[in-house]
Amino acid sequence: MLQINNTMKTSRRNFIKSAGSLTVLFSLDHTGLLASVTAGQDPELPGILRRTPAVSAWLEVLADGSVRVFTGKVEQGQGLCGAIAQVTAEELDLKVSQVEVVIADTRRTPNEGFTGASSSTENSVLSVRYAAAAARRELMDLAAVALGVPSETLKMLDGKILQKSGGHPLSFFELLDGRKLKSEVRLPLHLKPKEQYRISGKAVPREDFKRMIIGGEMYIQDLRFPGMVHARTVSPPAYDARLLSFDETGLRKAVPVLKTIRDGSFLAVICEDEFQAVKAQRHLAQQVKWSVLQHKSTSLPVPELLKSLTVASSKVKTAPVPFPEGIPAIRSSYYKPYVMHGAIAPSCAVARYADGLLEIWTHSQGAYPLRDTISDLLKIPAAQIQVTCLRGSGCYGHNGADDAAAEAALIAMAFPGRHVRLQWSREQEHAWEPYGTAMYMELEAILEKNGRISHFRNSIWSDTHYIRGNPGYLNVAVLRDAPFERKKNPSGSGGYRNADLYYTVQNQTVTANFFNGPLRTSNLRSLGSYANLFAVESFMDELSDHAKIEPFDFRIMHLEDQRAIEVLDKLKHKVAGLPKQKNTGMGIAFCRYKNSAAYIAVAAQVKVHPSTFKITLIKLWAVIDAGEIISPDSVVNQIEGGMIQAASWTLFEKVGFEQQTVQSRTWTSYPIIRFNDVPEVEVEIISRPNEKLQGVGEIAMCVTPGAIVNAIAIACGQRIRNLPVGDQLSIKNR
Amino acid sequence: MSVIVLTVNGRKHRLNIDPATPLLYVLRNQLALNGPKFGCGMQQCGACMVLIDGKAQYSCTMPVSLVEKKSVITLEGLASAEDVLHPVQQSFLDEQAAQCGYCLNGMVISAVSLLNTSTHLDDLTIRKGMQHVLCRCGSQARVLRAIKRAASASDK
Ligand code: FES
Ligand code: FES
Repeated sequence: MLQINNTMKTSRRNFIKSAGSLTVLFSLDHTGLLASVTAGQDPELPGILRRTPAVSAWLEVLADGSVRVFTGKVEQGQGLCGAIAQVTAEELDLKVSQVEVVIADTRRTPNEGFTGASSSTENSVLSVRYAAAAARRELMDLAAVALGVPSETLKMLDGKILQKSGGHPLSFFELLDGRKLKSEVRLPLHLKPKEQYRISGKAVPREDFKRMIIGGEMYIQDLRFPGMVHARTVSPPAYDARLLSFDETGLRKAVPVLKTIRDGSFLAVICEDEFQAVKAQRHLAQQVKWSVLQHKSTSLPVPELLKSLTVASSKVKTAPVPFPEGIPAIRSSYYKPYVMHGAIAPSCAVARYADGLLEIWTHSQGAYPLRDTISDLLKIPAAQIQVTCLRGSGCYGHNGADDAAAEAALIAMAFPGRHVRLQWSREQEHAWEPYGTAMYMELEAILEKNGRISHFRNSIWSDTHYIRGNPGYLNVAVLRDAPFERKKNPSGSGGYRNADLYYTVQNQTVTANFFNGPLRTSNLRSLGSYANLFAVESFMDELSDHAKIEPFDFRIMHLEDQRAIEVLDKLKHKVAGLPKQKNTGMGIAFCRYKNSAAYIAVAAQVKVHPSTFKITLIKLWAVIDAGEIISPDSVVNQIEGGMIQAASWTLFEKVGFEQQTVQSRTWTSYPIIRFNDVPEVEVEIISRPNEKLQGVGEIAMCVTPGAIVNAIAIACGQRIRNLPVGDQLSIKNR
Repeated sequence: MSVIVLTVNGRKHRLNIDPATPLLYVLRNQLALNGPKFGCGMQQCGACMVLIDGKAQYSCTMPVSLVEKKSVITLEGLASAEDVLHPVQQSFLDEQAAQCGYCLNGMVISAVSLLNTSTHLDDLTIRKGMQHVLCRCGSQARVLRAIKRAASASDK
């Protein structure tokens, strides 16, 4: 019988060793992000390559012949690492399995900031491609000298170089003889011509899937160090609550505790064992005394409340002919509530402070920016902090990761020498993550006799979609004794993304108003586009109703871009044969993301029960055009998943709050979609190999809500203008 | 503290431990397993599922003392050999039924349990049987396909 005592024991030292430098073999089966890479003529190097030109900063040849690539970005399911492995293997004629990708780590990778929009990700892939091409040139030159033949007579194969005519191969490692690559990435640079690609554009099953399916080490949660201790924090009941007192003696009588840490209103406890830490957390939660400010209660409903908090406005678009006052216009307003990232794994971090060095392991979106923030927060030089990013569960933006990392760092500083693992509870993640902001949209239009929109006006209200920057964005920074101020800048382009029409309407006026709302908010998948396109695409159906033109035709008559028209045509064709059923409606929505990126049209089929008003979302169809497609199944996966997540937001999700207190604290008080409500999904891709590849991670979020509420309106005649759909229909009718 | 003898993936482990410790923490910390995941700790998400005597159960709230004398199987224990996946794992792999993969443990364990207990699996039965497992990435459509694939393979 195997004996294991109570101290943690693991046979898997390798993960620890490498998670000090966690190297992960990543998949290729993802949207490639490679379009810009294929533009071999690109005369400009990405900025990051100009700052970090040394090939050795990006690539390393290992003794076993494989190549290790360093990226300053993190993998968030957007396919970054797959694409990086793919371009490296392509450029150096390696097998994909010979490429290892290391994600953001201040000890090893270049500084590429936070991982965010798809355009920045494209640059990262491009950088690696150029670095690999430079490495190829250096290795070929070395081989030419070693073999005494011109480099044109040589070829690369699986980590070796040999003469095209055959003969003894020299491995990359032999050629370098243990040295690092020493060239720099400089133009001009020869990239492999696209016609010779043998890996790009092929669907390769994800390398990481096999490890995932057998429970291999993968995520930040799987990190275990010898002697690691467990920490938990005790969160205030509300944003503005302050810690008055807690009974340490009582706590120590109940649970064996290594240390409690109090800094202002921040309270944490460290125990040897994880369950002890959980018990200590529960004990403290019961007994801690908090002060809660008494706010005047307001009777304003939420949209009006948020509007009343407006602090700035800006003109996004001004029509050549101002919106005519005095003529009858069609008006509608729409509301989207605060929505959670709602990652399935609550945030987690590990930190250790020893010999003047602070090490942090996190699932944040960027290693270097987090290091600098924590340096400011804890007032220690950035050079004494190391941040390593590991995978977390899908979070789709800025969730509690940075907070957990900063808190773990603070706790580790107070308990030097050992690794401290901090795990947030489900309730903490629900109540303390930065949400996607609530938004309010007021739309107006005037229709000509022929049904064309002659004037369009949109006023939107939004809080910030980006809160990072000053350390005050972190929960712990405002809770400490010497607090940082939370400097929130609600303005920014994220709020009015897609607030103007892609449809051809000459006179468009768009105003963005920014409010300083009660909840902490930051970036969530597609930013303002979800709310803006919910409004715009609902409004388009309302207008088409007034114009008495059916929704497909009404949209198409306002479009000139053939690619836009084609996604709508294809979708129309797809759903044309659907039999008409009682109490069932089919609704559509269209967008071009950011009015400049990928195209998508979605149809939703919804059934509304005539007496109970129960809504059944039967099916969602999508037709997309994202330019060149590298890995079709990966694109389909992201669109399917995006539609289902968006259906969840639209049907069910809303962060409940009262003053400074969040009420949605579990999956019961903040329900998300479960299997019974999951629709069937079908995705069609229009592939355009010669068009620039566009990211597809966010596009499904933008059109799914409009399609669903339009379908509901057709099914039962009731228009939903406030999300989530929830049970509004039944309430209205009782 | 008391001595608890656990049988996990066919191996016996003798642990000196607080008998109230949830099984999930024991599996992850004392036994260093990664399959079962922490998601909520309150039976709301299914990330922590394990098979106890062949049936999918939440490990996040199950005191370790209650599973003595029972057989616990985790995601790691499903495959019969290094390169031979359990048919349900294989069908998930074939359908590439995940994105981030954090929910995969709950999905696979619950599907195995479902296939163990029901003879005929139609769409509705599968959905009902999977209702307790959450996925934020929206992989459910693929998961449904994977389970149907596994079910039809086992019908043959
Ligand atoms: S962790 Fe057990 S159900 Fe969520
Ligand atoms: S795949 Fe990410 S939670 Fe299911």
